[in-house]
Amino acid sequence: MADMVIDQERAIHRSSGFRVARLFAGATVPVLAVVAAILAIWYAACVPMNIHGTVNLARVHGFEAVPASRGERRDIGAFALVSRNPAAIPFVWSEEKPRLPAPHQVGAEIWRTVALTAPNDRRGLVYHAWTTLSATALGFAIGIGLGVALAIGIVHNRAMDLSVMPWAIASQTIPILAIAPMVIVVFASVGLTGLLPKAFIAAYLSFFPVVVGMVKGLRSPDAMQLDLLRTYNASAFQVLMRLRLPASMPYLFTSLKIGAAASLVGTIVGELPTGGAGLGARLLAGSYYGQTIQIWSALFVAAFLAALLMAVIGAVQGVTLRRMGMVQG
Amino acid sequence: MMAARAPYLFGAIAVLFGLVIDLRVGVVLGGWLAAWTANAWIARRGGPGVRWLVPAIFGLTLIALWEAIVQLFAVPFVILPPPSAVAARIAASTDVLYADFIQTFVRGALSGYAMGAVAGVLVALLADRFRFLGRGLLPVGNMMAALPIVGTAPIFVMWFGSNWESKAAVVFTMVFFPVLVNTIQGLKEATAIQRDLMTTYAAGYWQTLWRLRLPMAMPFIFNGLKIGSTLALIGAIVAEFFGSPIVGMGFRISTSVGTLALDMVWAEIAVAALAGSLFYGAVTLVERAVTFWHPSQRR
Repeated sequence: MADMVIDQERAIHRSSGFRVARLFAGATVPVLAVVAAILAIWYAACVPMNIHGTVNLARVHGFEAVPASRGERRDIGAFALVSRNPAAIPFVWSEEKPRLPAPHQVGAEIWRTVALTAPNDRRGLVYHAWTTLSATALGFAIGIGLGVALAIGIVHNRAMDLSVMPWAIASQTIPILAIAPMVIVVFASVGLTGLLPKAFIAAYLSFFPVVVGMVKGLRSPDAMQLDLLRTYNASAFQVLMRLRLPASMPYLFTSLKIGAAASLVGTIVGELPTGGAGLGARLLAGSYYGQTIQIWSALFVAAFLAALLMAVIGAVQGVTLRRMGMVQG
Repeated sequence: MMAARAPYLFGAIAVLFGLVIDLRVGVVLGGWLAAWTANAWIARRGGPGVRWLVPAIFGLTLIALWEAIVQLFAVPFVILPPPSAVAARIAASTDVLYADFIQTFVRGALSGYAMGAVAGVLVALLADRFRFLGRGLLPVGNMMAALPIVGTAPIFVMWFGSNWESKAAVVFTMVFFPVLVNTIQGLKEATAIQRDLMTTYAAGYWQTLWRLRLPMAMPFIFNGLKIGSTLALIGAIVAEFFGSPIVGMGFRISTSVGTLALDMVWAEIAVAALAGSLFYGAVTLVERAVTFWHPSQRR
């Protein structure tokens, strides 16, 4: 019986279909299937979501609207309107200001504003994405620096630990993001605009995750390791450099990922009241003028930035931990 | 012992230096040093209540210094109102704050949170029942949980109108993914031996789920619920920046910023901080009651 199973497995390994089988066993095919399902639902949802707008433009598209008056149509449900106006369906995926733009419309807009527009053009998304990314990166760097410094202080000073730690933990339950617009306006009233106020918010949001994670990491060496360094007569600074900091690296990277996501959200929200450059300003402008395709493309670029930050941190994490011998490979 | 005293020496020098430059700088630095010395002494002495006393003194010191700095240096009200003005504003406009709290927290955040949490757990159960779906959903969900979902706010405001429904939708989306990902992870917690034991009891899928795997997943589910609890209020407030009726914490913050009524902004922030902490605390209490058996809850 067992032999038969092994034989079958060998047969699978030999067959050309093995690679396909392994794909199904891994995550690739399931993820593609889920993404395909999301796209299918998205396209299908465009019909009921956009049907009212499309039928309102019946004359432009060249078909007869049923029922003819706008007021009557408003009282009809989306699906009933679809069944009465089958001629409208082809147009729901190509409206100029749809309630739900189709995926290819968002893709075309991103292509137009990213690839076909000069990087320093204010109408292009590269310009806005760069504005957001530079503020995020600057704030994130400040947040990491201050966070690591405070964590080192907390680990070495009991008074600091008792004073600051409860507030650092409690502050994570507080919707700090809500004050982002106020910070921007206050900075503007003292004449400070542009990159720095946004970076300040990004720094503030990434600061506490880094503090909490690093304190945990710097305390991760166990008593035996600390005792060993004491037998070496190592100073507190040497213990920090040779033991605590290296041991905290896995914790650092975990909190960096949380902090990077928080920084990006903070910058985007901080850009809302500026009305100038950046993905947040782009979102708000799109929402004012009903430019849904613009909102969606800004959203996707923001998602891309988040994925980019995660990928960069993940790559640095992989290289660092491998060099330090903390993971195999 | 020298090393421990050095900061105080530097502090004393800084205070003297401050007094020489400007009396006010010296007063602020001196107040800080006095409070810090007291805290350091209490922390070193130890004893009962230290865990509460030291952070309380630290927090009160920060507020006192804030008040002192604003008063002594005559900081303009439009930059930083003193805490006394914020407290007076809170006392004077409890009715407004209460109405905003109900609109944003109870109607927007709580309803969206409840729906998002339930949906997250249900979809995770589906993903567990159908392995193919689970393998596909976990990476996608992990990806989504890291995205700036709060950016979907303008879309939801456009779809569901400017009242609380659109805020609940934003909160739903923000809470859904952390709960989904954590629940999927938690449902994998039961070991093969434990499952085999359930099989020897002739327990079916649902019995195994209810008696073994869901309880084992609870610490993970609550981790997702805690992450969601901090996101919920953020989502509800930020979504109001994109459109709201004339009530709500986000609405009040954005309009007060516009009229430079910063005491009102800080009052709303105080309410938000209190509501956020209490909400998180409530979830933690429920967690303690549900997962009392877990090692992390032992005391």
